[in-house]
Amino acid sequence: MFEFIAEMSRWAIPVILLIVPLVAVLRGVKVYETFVEGAEAGFATAVKTIPYLVAMLVAISIFRASGAMEVLVAALSPLLSLIGLPAEVLPHAIMRPLSGGAALGIASDIIKTYGPDSFLGRLVSTMQGSCDTTFYVLTLYFGSVGIKKYRYSVLLGLVADLTTLVASVCIVRTLF
Amino acid sequence: MVNFIWLVMVVFGIVVAGINGNIEVVTKAAFDGANNAVKISISLIAIITFWLGIMKLAEESGLVRALAWLVRPVMRFLFPSVPREHPAMGAIVMNLSANILGLGNAATPMGLIAMRELQTLNHSKDTASDAMCTFLALNTSCVTLIPTTIIGIRLFYGSTDPTDIVGPTIIATAFSMVVAIVVDRLLRLLYSGKRR
Repeated sequence: MFEFIAEMSRWAIPVILLIVPLVAVLRGVKVYETFVEGAEAGFATAVKTIPYLVAMLVAISIFRASGAMEVLVAALSPLLSLIGLPAEVLPHAIMRPLSGGAALGIASDIIKTYGPDSFLGRLVSTMQGSCDTTFYVLTLYFGSVGIKKYRYSVLLGLVADLTTLVASVCIVRTLF
Repeated sequence: MVNFIWLVMVVFGIVVAGINGNIEVVTKAAFDGANNAVKISISLIAIITFWLGIMKLAEESGLVRALAWLVRPVMRFLFPSVPREHPAMGAIVMNLSANILGLGNAATPMGLIAMRELQTLNHSKDTASDAMCTFLALNTSCVTLIPTTIIGIRLFYGSTDPTDIVGPTIIATAFSMVVAIVVDRLLRLLYSGKRR
């Protein structure tokens, strides 16, 4: 099953790149001209995200480098131990929505220290695999179309992250 | 809420650095963060340009519409404010599929294309629409069938079965996806009064 999915991932993009131009030609689309016409907006879209990403990543960077992250971890740890989250993975849980790279660093550190097949190793692997860098995604996606007012999407993203966290703990505890 | 979180991260960070006596890290961290952000955006130029070209072809050839038509029962339920067979539907499906297959390089451009399409339907251009909130909730809570990076790390540190976390990962994300859809509905109702 796993091999099948891995194979699908490998083939997905080449197959799309084959099918799309072929169908386009059959439907009478001028492929080269149309591609260029669409691609024109690429530069503007990417550059438009700069101010949003700068704002968000500067804040996250200050928050991490200053040691404020550790203070937050210490403050939240009694609360999160209520849902059965081991203290060792708490920094990962807090970092995951903010910074994908930093969270991955924490995860590999835990895996290295406790072993990949330990409870903590499996838990942090599941957490890394199932959560997303919510703040980064929101900033990037909204930034690309110039949206400044996020309404309830931050709250919604955090609720989803917390659910994943609780679910990961429960499932890893039950299965292993 | 994003204003508040942003302010707290900056102010709290500076205060903690000051108390810890290493205020100089703040300046460096700020510039590092800014530098990193610009690098990410610049590195996106290439893949976004490429996928925008391919997506334009897919749109003109009717493939996006066909895809939107295929998934319309689910999508009509999730995105009632988006017209059936609108190109946004196709782009959303492409983005979610790329996410599920763990194709990061394709997922982000597809997502940005979906946002462009959703923005054409948005009434106030600086405010997130209902459909955008739903889309981002699905995007961030979405299943990844093969979390490649973490499997690699597990393998590196000598796991006897590096892929045994795939099952738990899928169950956990399925859970959060259901919760995200339900909470999205509730928040949409709650906020719909404020909007108009």
